[in-house]
Amino acid sequence: MRARVRGIALAAALLAATGCDGGDGTSAPAGPSAVVFHAGDNPERLSDWGVLPVAGGRLTLAGGVVPYDLATPLFTDHAGKLRTIWMPAGTSARYDATATFDFPVGTVITKTFYYPRAGAEEGLVAPGDRAAGQGGASQGGFGLDLSRVRLIETRVLVRRESGWAALPYLWDADQKDARLHRTGAVIPLTLAREDGGRERFAYVMPNANQCAGCHVDNLASRAFQPIGPKARHLNIEFDYPGGRENQLRHLAAAGYLTGTPEPAAAPRSADWRDPAQPLEARARAYLDINCGHCHNPAGAAKTSGLHLGPEVTDARELGFCKPPVAAGQGTGGHRFDIVPGRPDESILVYRLASVKPGAMMPELGRTLAHDQGVALIRDWVAAMAGRCD
Amino acid sequence: MRRMTLALCAMLAATQLAACDQSDQKQAQAPQAAPPGPTASGDPGAGAAGFQDTLQQKLLDAKPGDVILVPAGRHAFDRSLSLTVDGVTLRGEGMDRSVLSFKGQIAGAEGLLVNASDFTIEDLAIEDTKGDALKINDGRNIVIRRIRTEWTNGPDTENGAYGIYPVQTTNVLVEDSVAIGASDAGIYVGQSRDVVVRRNRAELNVAGIEIENTVNADVYENVATRNTGGILVFNMPNLPVAGHGTRVFNNRVFANNTGNFAAKGAAVASVPAGTGIIVNSNDEVEIFANEVADNDTANIIISSYFSTGYMNQYGVAENFDPYPERIFIYDNRFSGGGGSPDGIELKTLKTLLYGPFGRFPDILWDGWVDPKKLVDGKLPPELAICVANGEAQMLNVDGPDGNRNPGVDMAAHDCTLPRRAPVELAPPLDQLTKKGA
Repeated sequence: MRARVRGIALAAALLAATGCDGGDGTSAPAGPSAVVFHAGDNPERLSDWGVLPVAGGRLTLAGGVVPYDLATPLFTDHAGKLRTIWMPAGTSARYDATATFDFPVGTVITKTFYYPRAGAEEGLVAPGDRAAGQGGASQGGFGLDLSRVRLIETRVLVRRESGWAALPYLWDADQKDARLHRTGAVIPLTLAREDGGRERFAYVMPNANQCAGCHVDNLASRAFQPIGPKARHLNIEFDYPGGRENQLRHLAAAGYLTGTPEPAAAPRSADWRDPAQPLEARARAYLDINCGHCHNPAGAAKTSGLHLGPEVTDARELGFCKPPVAAGQGTGGHRFDIVPGRPDESILVYRLASVKPGAMMPELGRTLAHDQGVALIRDWVAAMAGRCD
Repeated sequence: MRRMTLALCAMLAATQLAACDQSDQKQAQAPQAAPPGPTASGDPGAGAAGFQDTLQQKLLDAKPGDVILVPAGRHAFDRSLSLTVDGVTLRGEGMDRSVLSFKGQIAGAEGLLVNASDFTIEDLAIEDTKGDALKINDGRNIVIRRIRTEWTNGPDTENGAYGIYPVQTTNVLVEDSVAIGASDAGIYVGQSRDVVVRRNRAELNVAGIEIENTVNADVYENVATRNTGGILVFNMPNLPVAGHGTRVFNNRVFANNTGNFAAKGAAVASVPAGTGIIVNSNDEVEIFANEVADNDTANIIISSYFSTGYMNQYGVAENFDPYPERIFIYDNRFSGGGGSPDGIELKTLKTLLYGPFGRFPDILWDGWVDPKKLVDGKLPPELAICVANGEAQMLNVDGPDGNRNPGVDMAAHDCTLPRRAPVELAPPLDQLTKKGA
């Protein structure tokens, strides 16, 4: 069963790729055994993993590599993201209703950050995160057309015997391969906004330790975890080559996930962009994915007493009339994290909207403000009743 | 050699290929001035970015027991550094010689972020970070020695919040360091346990040295001057651990009269300029043998969370204890101060009670007591604020009653409390000290 499904995925990937060899001698050919689990060494080139071969002017997915998306994704300077997951033959992850799935040793997860090109001018890019619930897979089937997108970085999360390792790869200027760049980098870009305006910004690729800034949700254990592959984030439909299907169901059918309930019985985060869903659920989903991995009772931001995970019900822990602990200039001159009905007086809104490194939240992963996300949180705060007295 | 270097610089400058000058201005402009292009500034060998990458790479690759050296010189960074490996020592050649400058920082909430135990940092400076300078979040056995954190433009609300900032740490030694210009606290030990802060200098910060929600801290032989408040012992609500047990002794705390430049809403924004030592909502604090002088509001303030302006019935956890209790003040040497308090309320009160040219007593107390703990209308001695400091007086400004009945009643505070034992670090201080020597 499993081999058959993965065979179909492979065929789709091969169809999407117009050629198996880019002719430059650097691209790994796509194939059933193309993905290599490096159990200990950290290869210099992304192509050594074989997950995302560049072929025929496209970034493609090797056989058995399954793309996925999140109900509400993290904002990263409007970058588009192509997320994939692969596991060695005969292995699978165990479903969990709340925590990150228990992935087997050998699992390779990738996230490729890219922008649609907005013209010939070098570094001029368009927002890549417009399509909700689609991710990179919408850019012309599986994979990405490199004449239309600019690849920035691919982050590889690999599950080894010792736990998860994070390896950030920076794409070469010629877009043929990406190289391990553990110290991070700054890439100057210009964003062509929908309204015609242009905004220069510095895309900041985090260093390998900074990856842990988000991916370690328990500061004391320092155990690294993927964030996205949780039931509530994955429980949405996705456009696969074989048709639209629920991601949990698809992963189960592919043999990647065991113990999976029917999607209706699994938790589901709201899609932050879907106005048909309740404002409260959308705002909480946004805070969950953007903040909750640090702002939880075991996370790096536990020092703040502000908890923004989906399980929190205490209004004060969510910031309601809560004085800040160590916000410094991040208060923006305001007294409480959330002043009900008054987003302009709420520290939470101020820090989400700020682009000052010493004040902004999240601390990493963006240099631009996410106007639409801030608007959502503003609406949420504006709709709250009560007073801080 | 030197001549050759200069010649090479001149040549490069002439062709505008690169700058040998690693000046802060150039770094600061880099993100805006750099043309959009595929080149990552993190490429090895790219001038200032070269050392940035070299150091970060060493921090990434470090093994327990490693000593990472920072050579003399001014090294420019545009992003945060971070360390997550236990047992590492980061060592420069002196706090005025090995300088990590973050003036051109474009990303990251601190200069150096450490999430590791058995960490020693010594003999270097961290300057002009956009957020905190040195943050150590969660770890044991932390030594911070001869470190300077500074915002070089002086007091400014836009400066980063904290200079030296261990938080949720255990067994911490901060010594012989210098913290200047933080818009919140120069040295800020938060939510920690078993802490020694000694022989440091804190200047031109909003709070010079702050001990917050920390259990068992000794703060001694420090100099705190020209801050808004010199030494603070605070408790903040909504945190897992309430602080108690701090000894503040043998410090020199004088002329902390810099106008409060904290961002409004920050806890320290409520500290009046001209405060020497202030205890807020914390318990079991001993203040003795300090030289406290010329702090224009008061040499010592004892206050509750009610005086911060942040108390509200929804936002503060019910189990939070806002009252300072078991405070013992003795044998300090006071002089000057109290003559020009900050804020219209205190100014008015001072003039009312002591005339335009008079001064407040050395100690101000906001007067809040926990009604649940009163016995016959007063706090039992074991919870009291005890003052045994010669002629020094404590003025109760009667905060609960809107300052209507202020007064000095030293008899009510004529008591003593058991003296706390010195903080003993484990592993002991001499081992921590040897490790870095």
